[in-house]
Amino acid sequence: MSAEKRREGGEEVAGDARDLATTLDTSTQTEKQQTFKALAKWLRNSGPLLALVFLVILGAILSDTFLTVGNITNVVTRSAFIGIISVGATFVIVTGQIDLSVGAMAAFIASLMIMMINQLAALGWNLSSAIFLGMLAGVVVGVVSGLVNGLLATVGRIDSFIVTLGTMGIFRALVTFLSNGGTLVLDTKVREAYRPVFYDSWFNVPIPVWVLAIVVAIGAITLTRTRFGRYCRAVGSNAEVAHYSAIRVNQIRVVAFVVQGFCVALATCLYVPRLGSASFSTGLGWELEAITAVVVGGTALRGGTGRVGGSIVGALILSLIGNLLNLQNLISVYLNGAVQGVIILAAALLQRSSKSR
Amino acid sequence: MAPQPDQNAPTASSPSSAGAPPKLSARQLTKAFGPVTVLQDVDVDFFAGEIHAVVGENGAGKSTLMRILSGILEPTAGEVWFDGRPVATGDLRAMERLGVRLIHQELNLAEDLSVVENLFLGQEPVRGPFLDERKMAQRGAEVLAAVGTDVALETRVKDLRVSEKQMVEIAKAISHQATVLILDEPTAVLTRREAERLFQIIEASAARGVAIVYISHRLEEVKRLANKVTVLRDGKLVTTAPASTLSPDEIVRLMVGRRLRDLFPPKVPPTTPDVVLDVKNLSVHGHVTEASFSLRKGEILGFAGLVGAGRTELFEGLMGLRKITSGEIFRDRKRFSPSNYSGAIDRLRAAYLPEDRKEKGLVVTFDPRTNYSLLGLRRFGRLFVDQEKERRAFQQAARDFQIKITDPDLPVNRLSGGNQQKVVLAKVLGVDPEIIIFDEPTRGIDVGTKAQIYQWIANQALNGKACIVISSELLEIIGLCHRVVVMRSSRIVAVLEGEQMNEDGIMMYATGVKGAQAAALP
Repeated sequence: MSAEKRREGGEEVAGDARDLATTLDTSTQTEKQQTFKALAKWLRNSGPLLALVFLVILGAILSDTFLTVGNITNVVTRSAFIGIISVGATFVIVTGQIDLSVGAMAAFIASLMIMMINQLAALGWNLSSAIFLGMLAGVVVGVVSGLVNGLLATVGRIDSFIVTLGTMGIFRALVTFLSNGGTLVLDTKVREAYRPVFYDSWFNVPIPVWVLAIVVAIGAITLTRTRFGRYCRAVGSNAEVAHYSAIRVNQIRVVAFVVQGFCVALATCLYVPRLGSASFSTGLGWELEAITAVVVGGTALRGGTGRVGGSIVGALILSLIGNLLNLQNLISVYLNGAVQGVIILAAALLQRSSKSR
Repeated sequence: MAPQPDQNAPTASSPSSAGAPPKLSARQLTKAFGPVTVLQDVDVDFFAGEIHAVVGENGAGKSTLMRILSGILEPTAGEVWFDGRPVATGDLRAMERLGVRLIHQELNLAEDLSVVENLFLGQEPVRGPFLDERKMAQRGAEVLAAVGTDVALETRVKDLRVSEKQMVEIAKAISHQATVLILDEPTAVLTRREAERLFQIIEASAARGVAIVYISHRLEEVKRLANKVTVLRDGKLVTTAPASTLSPDEIVRLMVGRRLRDLFPPKVPPTTPDVVLDVKNLSVHGHVTEASFSLRKGEILGFAGLVGAGRTELFEGLMGLRKITSGEIFRDRKRFSPSNYSGAIDRLRAAYLPEDRKEKGLVVTFDPRTNYSLLGLRRFGRLFVDQEKERRAFQQAARDFQIKITDPDLPVNRLSGGNQQKVVLAKVLGVDPEIIIFDEPTRGIDVGTKAQIYQWIANQALNGKACIVISSELLEIIGLCHRVVVMRSSRIVAVLEGEQMNEDGIMMYATGVKGAQAAALP
């Protein structure tokens, strides 16, 4: 903390110099220099994207089946869950908080959805209405769960890490309780009717990929173009300054958690038809995958800055690595976690060096 | 007035007569950042036992010079000499070993550690593998007593007031056997009494043979304390002269080319008796007790008092930034109850410039434009931010407030203190308030920018706005305000105007020498 303060102080001195430089610099700065500066900035901001491109090229070299439409579609579709969740996680992290409960929350929502849809179907409801109502209920539960997390972290004044550590345990236990220690399964008829939501395509693009694209677009525009997005960054950078800028800090933090809850629910609506079941192990480790995707995508864990697009690239990188390891024989598939760990550390190192000139 | 150096130390007026070489010297020091030279061929000698003030505007190169002398920065050219011999430059540890200590403008304490832990940070006395707690407590108490502060050793630094932190920082520096003590604006956050105590410490240190380098914007302090004055302008040495030969006016003229009284615009009394704000018996738990005052249209009302008297908290309560416990607020005779800051901006038509621009005023990692629009962002769109409109508004504000910006994408912490303050000012005035509260509007900025800010405040009043100026600089209050409200330990103790508004009068109320009975009045 104090080292950071010191560095800021040092930069201010250099700032004095730069003020003086104003008049000299603008006249002498050639177009070439400006192009170079823009290029350097682009390179720094596009690090995750370049890594993704590198992985794709590497994959194409290592495996004949990698660069087929079928394989790529498969990878992107499967990264939709973590991708959608990481959009919400970006908002939570940008506001300077963290949500560890997303995986357990997804399992909890999935359990409730399966029970409700089965029940409605058993009561003789039309299957599509039952599924629609189940999805709606899932979204409501997600939003309420996010609200609870947010209120505990703000009004309750508990650190978000602790709050979501607690709710994670609660959600996880509720899943075990609801499933009686086993697995909740969608009725076969219902499953047949729900299947298309995950497995069908529009214009040759799977539905989950469409949903992912829309969520990312809305998320990115919200973070960069709206008042709420600006406030998220301000609150995460310095909550005190935000308070003195007439921003309702707690409100912004709560809404970030609600956005996260909504994203988890959306991802769960796509996940339930894929396997048609929910158990203790559903969504296990998703919170860490989502946080990893966000960090690999260039968002600072301390809050204040973040990029929704980066988080998606991060999610894609993670699932590409898993896919690549499956397709080749050089490195054991069992080392998947280790390779992901190396990627996280590499991302963190790159971000550090781009900041400390 | 000036301390008497002991016999071993050379006197200020004839340092070389004793034959001792200067303790610390700058020899033809030059520093350039890229194409810009911020320090050019500067030669200064600092002698043991001497209090040597270095003055100059922001950007004049003072901080750069001090950072080179203390080993934080490497010079582009030139040498640093210690005890008559050149030493390695840019080596902070080596300079610390020689006893050269820099006390920063920005405090460098570990907030979560206790006072005593901070005092010995990095040089903890040990017994075997364990910290020698008893020795730390004993020596810590001695050092704190030496600087005359009564903070408890176990207190965590983050629970201290800013002025107390400053005193701890100074205690830390003198506890380490300093040979050269460089103080960068040490009194900016101190009350008058604490400052006076600090001066005594400085004088005592000088008498022990420590060379003191003192950077300050407050010329009366320089006059009060220094044996010798060095003036820097635009990175060059203007002059080094005995303090007795320079008047404050002369120093300002050398620094900026104008006189002290020209800093303040002429006072124009309010043209109407209209009261825009009437505050009755406002209390804020633990900070303000039944404060009542009124503010007129076109008036600049000063709030004086010691740090901790409750001035900031009073206005934070008024603006909904802090909960109030009781009291009534009338805006144009209509009752207003504060709930949150945006309510105060909308319904009170008031805005508050916070005292601490790094902790409350600016998101230091944001660019200037984003900082500017953060307050009242709604005027650029309810849902989406109209970035084109925002950019145009900021360009206009940058012109109005003469904010110098090289690269609009650089974060504000790359700007100088004066420019940062202008960004905060533009931000607060951006919501077009009719009542403006300026809390320490010129803290830690250069004389030139100060004069500009005084002019803007006066202009606001001329345009029919009502202004509050909270300041610990009495000259500022006296030079700028029509009336002054004095607060002492959470209460308003006096309202002074005209001839009564002088330094002694205000201080007597602020310190409680006078007006103890006034506190009992409604």
